[in-house]
Amino acid sequence: MKLITAIIRENKLDQVREALIDAEITRITVSRVSGHGQQYNEEIYRGARVIPNLIPKVRLEIAVNDDFVNTTVDTIIKSARTNSKGEVGDGKIFITPLEECIRIRTGERGGKAI
Amino acid sequence: MKGLFKRSAIITGLLLFFAAGSVLASDGTQIDTGVTAWMLTSTALVLLMVPGLAMFYGGLVRTKNVLGTMMHSFVAMGIMAVLWVLVGYSMSFGSNVLGGWFGWNKDYFLLKGIDETITPAGVPEYVFSMFQGKFAIITPALIAGAFAERISFKGYVVFIALWGLLVYNPLCHWVWASDGFLFNMGAMGAIDFAGGTVVHIASGVSGLVAALYVGSRRGHPKTAVAPSNLVMTMIGAGLLWVGWFGFNAGSSISSGLLTAQALTATQVAAAAGAMTWIIVESIHQGKASALGFASGILAGLVAVTPAAGVVQPAGAMVLGLLAAIICYLAILMKNKLGYDDSLDAFGIHGVGGIVGSMLLVFFIRKSWMASAATAAGGSWTTWQQFGVQAAAVSIAIAYAAILTFILIFIVNKFVGFRASTESEMQGLDHSYHGEQGYGMLNPR
Repeated sequence: MKLITAIIRENKLDQVREALIDAEITRITVSRVSGHGQQYNEEIYRGARVIPNLIPKVRLEIAVNDDFVNTTVDTIIKSARTNSKGEVGDGKIFITPLEECIRIRTGERGGKAI
Repeated sequence: MKGLFKRSAIITGLLLFFAAGSVLASDGTQIDTGVTAWMLTSTALVLLMVPGLAMFYGGLVRTKNVLGTMMHSFVAMGIMAVLWVLVGYSMSFGSNVLGGWFGWNKDYFLLKGIDETITPAGVPEYVFSMFQGKFAIITPALIAGAFAERISFKGYVVFIALWGLLVYNPLCHWVWASDGFLFNMGAMGAIDFAGGTVVHIASGVSGLVAALYVGSRRGHPKTAVAPSNLVMTMIGAGLLWVGWFGFNAGSSISSGLLTAQALTATQVAAAAGAMTWIIVESIHQGKASALGFASGILAGLVAVTPAAGVVQPAGAMVLGLLAAIICYLAILMKNKLGYDDSLDAFGIHGVGGIVGSMLLVFFIRKSWMASAATAAGGSWTTWQQFGVQAAAVSIAIAYAAILTFILIFIVNKFVGFRASTESEMQGLDHSYHGEQGYGMLNPR
C-alpha cells in the first residue's frame, strides 16, 4: 500500500478529479494548502501585478494498493500539467509507504480496506 | 436648552422660508421634502438589494466561481446605470415612439433636461429617475442565477446591456409609463405595483430561456453542486428583504397611506412565504433548512411585488403562502425535468412573479375595485381584471422569451456566451478575473 500525496494547481482540481474518476480512482481527500516552490505566482491586485509570498495550491491524498500506483500517478501527471508540456508551478507528487489502513466502520485492515 | 432649541427652530424656519424660492421648479411645482426624503431612502434601499443578490447567489455557487458570480450582480450596477442615464430613462419614460414599442424624449438623453424638474409628486425628477434606474440594475442581475457557473464574463456583459435596452426598457415603458399600453389596459391598467411582470417575470423567463439555450453545467445533474457558503447566502437574503421595502413601499412614489399599505403587505408576504416554505420542507424532507427559509422569503417577496399596492395583509399572507408552495413544487419539477436553472431564477422569480400577478386579483381591496368600476363606467369585476392580468403576464412572458432567445443567439455568435470547457473547470474567478474568492475555505 502506498500513500500518494499530490500538490497541484488550484485551477486544475476539476481536471484531475474527473480524470481520476475516469480511471476509477474515486477515494480521495482534497484540501487547500499554500506554500513555496519554484513558482512565482502573479495575481492582479487593484490593477497591479503582484507576487504573493505563499502560493495557494490544492493537496490530494490518495491511498492505493501497489498495483494502482502507476495508474494514479500517470493520471495526475497527465491532467495536472499546463498545456501538456508543463510549466513551473504544476506541482509535485510524493509517494510514501503506507503501513496500515483501517476502515473504521468494520475494523477491516490492509489492502481490502482501501 | 429650551431657549436654544427655540432659537434654532426659528432660524431653521427662516432658512426654509428663504430656501423655498429655490425649491420651486420652473413649472411652479414645489418639492415635498417628506416624499423626497423617503424616495431618496428607497433609492438607496433598492441599490442595497444588488450586493444582497450578489451575496445570495455568491454563497450558492462553488468556491471557484464565487467572485465571478458576485461580479454578475456588481457589473450590472455599472453598466445598467450608465445605460440608464444615456438612453434607458428616455426609452422607459419618454413618450411613445415606433408605435409604442418604447418611449423617447430627447430631453432625457444624459438626463440633460431634468436638471431642475420637479415631478407632480413633489420629488425632483432626478430622484424618480435614479429610483427607477435601480430596478433596471437588479432585473438583469437576477437572470444571472439561471446560468451561473458557466458563462463568459464578456458574453454576459454584452448580453445584459442588450437585454436592458431591448427587453427591460420596453417592458418598463408598457407597464409604468403613462402612455404605455399595459398601463392603460382595462379599467385602471394591468396591476404591477413594483415589478411582478417587468422585473420578476421578465428576468425569470429570460433566465429559463438562457439556461435551456446554454445547457447544463459540466456534470449536472450527476455531480451534486454544493453551495460554497450558506452564511453569505443568508446575509444576502436578509439584505434583499430589507431592500425590498424600498422596492415595494418606494414604488408608491409617495410617503403616505399607500406607502404604509405596500410596506405592510411586503413584510407579511415575506414572513408567510418563509414560514410556509420551511413547514412544507419539514413535512417533505424532514428538516427545515436555512436555504429553504431564504427561498421562502424570496418567493413571498416576489409574489407580493406586483400586489403590494392593492392587497390587504390577509391577501398578502395568502399570496406569500401560495407562492412558497408553488415555487417549491416548481423546483421539484425542475429537478425532475433535469434542466439546469442553477440558482432557480425561473423557479422563484418567474414562477413567483406569475403567481403574484395572476392571483392578486382575488385579494384586491374594495376601494380599488370601486374606483376601477367608476373608471370603467359602472362595473368592473375580478374576472375582468384577471383577464387584464393574464394578458399582461402572457405578453411579458412571450416578449421576454423571444427577445432573450434572439439576443443570446446574437451574443453567442459574435462574442461567445458559454464559457469554454476549460474555463468552466478552472472556475470563473481564475478564468475571467485572475483572482480567487475564498482564502482557505475548502474547495467544493
